[in-house]
Amino acid sequence: MPTVSVKRDLLFEALGQVYTDEEFDALCFEFGLELDEVTSEKEIISREQGDGKAEGASDVILYKIDVPANRYDLLCLEGLTRGLQVFKDRIEAPKYTRVGPPSGDMQKLIITKETAQVRPHAVAAVLRNIKFTKDRYDSFIDLQEKLHQNICRKRALVAIGTHDLDTLVGPFTYTAKPPSEIKFKPLNQSKEYTASEIMDLYKTDSHLRHYLHIIEDKPVYPVIYDSNGIVLSMPPIINGDHSKITLNTQNVFIECTATDRTKAKIVLDMIVTMFSEYCEKSFTVEAAQVIYPNEETCIYPEMRYRKEILSADFINKHVGVTETPESIAKLLSRMYLKSKVIGNGEEIEIEIPPTRADIIHPCDIVEDAAIAYGYNNIKMTVPKAYTVANQFSLNKLAELLRQDMAAGGFTEALTFALCSQDDIAGKLGKDISETKAVHIANPKTAEFQVARTTLLPGLLKTIAANRKMPLPLKLFEISDVVLKDSSKDVGARNSRRLCAVYYNKNPGFEVIHGMLDRVMQLLELNPEKENGYYIQAVEDSTFFPGRCAEIFAKGQSIGKLGVLHPDVITKFELTMPCSTLEIDIEPFL
Amino acid sequence: MPIGRPERQGDQGSRPMGDDHMFGRRKEWGGTSPAHVIEAELRSSKRWELTDEGKEIVEKGSHEARVFDAIPPNGITQSDLMKFPCGKVGFNKAMSSKWIRIDKNAEGGPRIFKATDCIEDAVKNKLLLVQQGKDSKLDDKEKNELKKRKLLSEVTVKTYWITKGNSFSTTVVKQDTELTPEMIANGSWKEKKFKPYNFDAMGIVPECGHLHPLMKVRTQFRQIFLEMGFTEMPTNNFIESSFWNFDSLFQPQQHPARDQHDTFFLSDPASATKFPMDYLERVKKVHSEGGYGSLGYKYDWKIEEAQKNLLRTHTTAVSARMLYKLAQKEAFTPVKYFSIDRVFRNETLDATHLAEFHQIEGVVADYDLTLGDLMGVLQQFFSKLGITKLRYKPAFNPYTEPSMEIFSYHEGLKKWVEVGNSGVFRPEMLLPMGLPENVTVIAWGLSLERPTMIKYGINNIRELVGHKVNLQMVYDSPVCRLDP
Repeated sequence: MPTVSVKRDLLFEALGQVYTDEEFDALCFEFGLELDEVTSEKEIISREQGDGKAEGASDVILYKIDVPANRYDLLCLEGLTRGLQVFKDRIEAPKYTRVGPPSGDMQKLIITKETAQVRPHAVAAVLRNIKFTKDRYDSFIDLQEKLHQNICRKRALVAIGTHDLDTLVGPFTYTAKPPSEIKFKPLNQSKEYTASEIMDLYKTDSHLRHYLHIIEDKPVYPVIYDSNGIVLSMPPIINGDHSKITLNTQNVFIECTATDRTKAKIVLDMIVTMFSEYCEKSFTVEAAQVIYPNEETCIYPEMRYRKEILSADFINKHVGVTETPESIAKLLSRMYLKSKVIGNGEEIEIEIPPTRADIIHPCDIVEDAAIAYGYNNIKMTVPKAYTVANQFSLNKLAELLRQDMAAGGFTEALTFALCSQDDIAGKLGKDISETKAVHIANPKTAEFQVARTTLLPGLLKTIAANRKMPLPLKLFEISDVVLKDSSKDVGARNSRRLCAVYYNKNPGFEVIHGMLDRVMQLLELNPEKENGYYIQAVEDSTFFPGRCAEIFAKGQSIGKLGVLHPDVITKFELTMPCSTLEIDIEPFL
Repeated sequence: MPIGRPERQGDQGSRPMGDDHMFGRRKEWGGTSPAHVIEAELRSSKRWELTDEGKEIVEKGSHEARVFDAIPPNGITQSDLMKFPCGKVGFNKAMSSKWIRIDKNAEGGPRIFKATDCIEDAVKNKLLLVQQGKDSKLDDKEKNELKKRKLLSEVTVKTYWITKGNSFSTTVVKQDTELTPEMIANGSWKEKKFKPYNFDAMGIVPECGHLHPLMKVRTQFRQIFLEMGFTEMPTNNFIESSFWNFDSLFQPQQHPARDQHDTFFLSDPASATKFPMDYLERVKKVHSEGGYGSLGYKYDWKIEEAQKNLLRTHTTAVSARMLYKLAQKEAFTPVKYFSIDRVFRNETLDATHLAEFHQIEGVVADYDLTLGDLMGVLQQFFSKLGITKLRYKPAFNPYTEPSMEIFSYHEGLKKWVEVGNSGVFRPEMLLPMGLPENVTVIAWGLSLERPTMIKYGINNIRELVGHKVNLQMVYDSPVCRLDP
C-alpha cells in the first residue's frame, strides 16, 4: 500500500478546515485511507540517522497517509484534497479538458521502429502556462516517484520524463540506439557521458541502480531527442540536464515510455489531471501527437470520460440497502463519479473520469456507493442457505491422532515446511537426488532452498534448540511434506506424515516401537503380516547399522523406525542417542 | 522434623518427583498448623571476638610495644632486633608510630634507639575493651583495622529458642506416614496418628505429552467453522501454479505480488502442465480483453507466466479450485467453505513475520449475497472468538470488490486494530469459472499466528512457530478457549 506524505497545514488549507489528528483519522477511515503516522522531516531524519543529523531539518508536521494500491489519483496532495473535498460534498468534481495548442501545431513525438527491441510505447502531453511554487514543484516530483514505484512497477512498465518545453524544439524522436552511440549530460551532472558510462556511473547510486537492469542487457537503449539532437531522456534511467524543469518553468513537456501502453496512458492521465490545476486555464491539458512506426497517429492524453448505466436495484441488491436512485446518484457523485438518474427514473448514468482508472467493472461502482453510504451504516443480515458441515477426512484423522500422540506422552512440535537441502539430505546421510524434493528458484537464504520431504529434520532441530530441557525429550509432529509427483498438474503433491522422536541417554528404540504399536492399535491394525502391520529389518544411511526397520501396513511400506546414526545426531548438534519413527498416514483414510 | 527442600526450579523445567506433601517446601518448623510438639524460633546475633594473636597481645602487649620494651638504653643492632619473635612487624609499627629511631651509620651496622621515654599501647587497650565485651566503645573503622590485622574476628551466633508446641507431649507416639491396605483391612488406622500434610506444597507434575499452542488455537477455529456449518476444503497442496494462485483470481501478471521478491517460485518442477483449457482461455480473455461487464486489464496475457509453479501465497488458490469445481456441477447449490493451512511469502522477516504462516479463510457462495450478509457472517464468526465490537474500513484487494478490512476494538490498547480482511469476489474471477451470474461469493481471511500470539502473550513469532520454540512454553500453555 503506497504511503503519501503531505504537510498537514497545507492539507488543511486545501481542505478549508482544521482537523484534530483523531478527526482526520476518522475521515480517512470512512474514505478507505489510513492516517499511518504524524511526524516531521526532523523526526524522520533523527530516527533514521540520529539526532545530530536532524539539526536544521524542517519540523513542519507531516501526515503519512496510506492510500489503496489502485487509487493512483490520491497519490499527491492535489488529488487527495480533491478526492476528500468531493467526498465531503464541498466541491463538485472538476471537469478535465484536452485543448489544442495556442499556436495550432501540436507537439509531435515520433517513435522509430528500433524501440520495439526494448520499450515500444510512448505517450506525451503538454502543461501550458503552469505556475510552480516550491511546494507544488516538490509535489510534482513526488507524484512521479510514487507512480514509478507503484503502477509503473519500478519503472519497468512505464517511465516518466518531464521537461521544460521552452528549452527544446520539437518534433521529438523516440528511438533506440546502441549504448556507445548515445552521449549527453545527465540530470544534475557536470559533463557528458556515453550511455555505457552512465550505466557505470549509476551502479553505485542508491536510487537509480535499481532501474539499470531494465535495459542493461539490451542491444539498444531507448532515447528521446528534440529536433536539434538534444537528449530529453534515456528512459527508464535518467533525463537530460538540458531540459530539466525548475521553479520558473512555464511549459512542461511530459513523455511516458512504456512496455505496457494501457498503463502509460493511465500514468499520463494522472499527472496531467493532477497538475493542470496550476495551469493558467485550470484543468486544461494541451494535447500532443504520437506517431508510431506504422504511421498510426494518436493524440494524447486520452483523458477519456466513460459512461456506465446501472439500475438502482443492482446497487441496492449488492450492497444490501434500499436507497432511492436519486440518493444513489448523490452517493456516487461524492466518490468522484458524477451520476444522474435517467430514463424511467430507475437507472443511473455514471460518468467515470480519467482519474478513476481503477473502475473497470460495475462492482467497482457498487463499492463506491457502499463507501459513500458508509460501510458501518449497512444493516447486518445473515445468508439464509442451509448447509451441512463436513471435515476434510485427512485433517479429521490427523486431529484425532494428535490427541492420542499427546496422551501417549509425546509433545507436539510445529516446524517449518521449508528448509535447506542439507537438512533433508546431507545431514541425514542422503543424497539430494534421492529425496524427490521440490526446489525453490529464488530463496533469499539457505533456509528456504527446498520444501521438506521428511518431518524428521524439523524435530531434530527443535530438540537442538531445547537441549537445556530435562530428558527424555519426546516430540511428535503430524503435518505435510512435499514430494515431486509427475501425475499431478503441478508436478508435486503433499504427503501427510506422522513423525515421533525419542531423545535420551539410552536409544529407547522400545519406546518408539511402543508408540508405533499404539498408533497401529488406534488405527485398528493387529501386529500380523496378513491384513495387519509388521516391521522388517532394513539398512538406511540415516540410521545406525542394524537398528532400522521398515514398517509395512495394509500391504505397503508406510515408513521406517530406528536408532539414528551417530553422524546424523552429531550433524544436528545433538549429543544423545535418539530413536525415530516416521510414517505416511494417508493409507489409513 | 521434616527438612525443607529447595524451591522448584520452574525455569529449568526440573520436576521434583518426591512427595511434596510430606516434605514441605517451606523451611519454617513452626507455624500455626499443623500439630507440633515444640515450636522453635531462630535468633541470630553477631559479636566480635579476639583471635589467638589478639589474645596474646592482650596478655603480652602489642608487637610494637614489645619491641620498644626490648630496646636497651644504648640501643640494639637492627639485625639483633629482627631475631625477636614478631621483630619485623613490631619494628615497622614502632617506626611508623615514631617510638624508635634508627642510626644507619652506627658501628657494627644500623642501630635502633628508643625515640621516646614512654608509650601508650593503644592496640592492646582496644583489644582489651573487646575482650571485656565493651567493643561498642570502638568505632567500626577501628574494629575493621584490627580485623585486617587478624586480631579480631566477627562471629555470628545462631540460637534456637524452644518452647512447647500446641501438641506438646512428653510421650513419643510414632506417627505413620500414610494409610496402607493393611490398615484398612485390620482397622488399625483408627489408633494411628498420621503425619500432617503440607498443603502449601506443589503436587507431582503428571507425565504426559502436550499439544502445541498454535495447533490448539487451530482446533478451536476449526470448531467454530464447523459449528457455523462450513465445510473444510482440502488444502494439502503447498505447491500451486501461478494460474490458480493468481490468474484465476483476476490478479494481473504484472502485479507486485507475482514478483520474485514476494513469492517463492520453483525451479524444479518449474511449471505446471495441465489446466482446464477452456477455462484458461476465458481467464486469458478477461485479463487481456475484458468481458463479463469488465474492461479487463488490457495487457498481453502469457500462459508461460500462468504455468510458473510456486509455493502458494494464500489458501485462496484452493478456494478458486473449489469454486471452479462447484461451477462444473450440473446445478449450483449454495456452499460454505473454510480452510486453515500454511501459506508462503518470500518477504523480509521480522519479529512478527515468517516466510510461512497459517491462513484462516472462510467462503460463502450463494445467490444474491450482500455486503450486509458479509458483515453479518463476520459478526457471528468474531463473536465466537469473543470479539463483538467490529467496524469496517474500505480497502483494496486485487480479487475482491467491494473489499473491507475488519477492525476490532482492543480494550487493552484502547484503539481499533485490524483483525482480518474480507470482500466479495470479483465477477471477473467467478464468471469465467462458469458460476451463474447472480451468485455472489463472500470471503474473509486472517492469520492464525496473530490471534495465537495475542492469546498466549508471545511477542516474537519464532518463540511460537518453528524449531526455536521454547518447549517449556508448550508444556505450560493452558487450554484454548477463544470466547471468554
